[in-house]
Amino acid sequence: MKRVLLLLPLILVIGLGALFFRGLSLDDSVPSALISKPFPAFELPALNKAGDEEGQKVTEQVLKGQISLVNVWGSWCPTCYVEHPYLIELARQGVVIFGMNYKDDEIKAQQWLDRLGDPYRTTFIDKKGRLGIDLGVRGAPETFLVDANGLIRYKHEGDLNERVWRNTFAPLIAELKQEMGQ
Amino acid sequence: MMGRIFSFGLAFFLASVLVLSLLLSLAQPLRASIDIWQFQNPEQQQRYYSLTRELRCPKCDGQSIGDSNAPIANDLRGVIYEQLQSGMNDRQIVDFMVDRYGEFVLYRPRMEGKTLWLWLGPILFALIGFGALAAIIIRSRKRSVSVSAPELDEQERERLNRLLAGEHKRGEE
Repeated sequence: MKRVLLLLPLILVIGLGALFFRGLSLDDSVPSALISKPFPAFELPALNKAGDEEGQKVTEQVLKGQISLVNVWGSWCPTCYVEHPYLIELARQGVVIFGMNYKDDEIKAQQWLDRLGDPYRTTFIDKKGRLGIDLGVRGAPETFLVDANGLIRYKHEGDLNERVWRNTFAPLIAELKQEMGQ
Repeated sequence: MMGRIFSFGLAFFLASVLVLSLLLSLAQPLRASIDIWQFQNPEQQQRYYSLTRELRCPKCDGQSIGDSNAPIANDLRGVIYEQLQSGMNDRQIVDFMVDRYGEFVLYRPRMEGKTLWLWLGPILFALIGFGALAAIIIRSRKRSVSVSAPELDEQERERLNRLLAGEHKRGEE
């Protein structure tokens, strides 16, 4: 009994060490406060595609009627560059993605899409980042999963890649589709 | 003579004041580039400072909105300023932030369900510590009492008396 008590500090220190070590590899993303809440209302200018009318506005209404992703990006954001090819791959598979061009320069954003390809059904411009604040955006890239009723169901911080898609998005979307079927 | 020294001193003083105020007016634009908020009254300014100190920058874990230079912290300072101007109270402003960024932005988490452990944990640990300390003190005190006053049995008492008596006799000789 005495001996066990003597070892107690050592055991405690090893335990704490293990705890902190685990903390190092934990994901530091913060769960969104907007899960299951409607996508905030907005009315923002669209980034013009060739053939579009000038000065078109986009509102949160475009998000209704289908399951979609809203991808927050900017041409200033290196990780967005990393995830861009995968977004194009997803769009090719038929996933509906809306782009939210976050605190960016319109011309640079347009050049980015011209050069790298455009995976977005529509891109709206949040130049001042006010919609970003309503969405609780901490930085780019972030990707929101929005259901057919316009409710936010999930948020991913950081680049969207095949692993994240397979482990998180795909099962969630399957669930949403089942919900809609009922 | 005295009058001349006095007027010289006065002129020197006035000149220094003039130079100082000139320097201060030069420093004005420098100060403006650091903080450009204009408050309606000192109380509002105080609320601005305490709010930006108490809300955590969503992007940078270790800094408040007021301390951080991250773009998001900058934006949020602007939002807080606008909200103060529009007459929102502190509670409304904090709720606005929590609705968007979650409890994460509060340096002082609210006392409720899942954060209860955060608040009660330290008190609990302190109580456990005091309990352990008290147990150790009580036990060691018991032991020291039993060491200083051992019970003598019949035989030992007799032997003690004999020894004391012998000593007494030797002392008389």
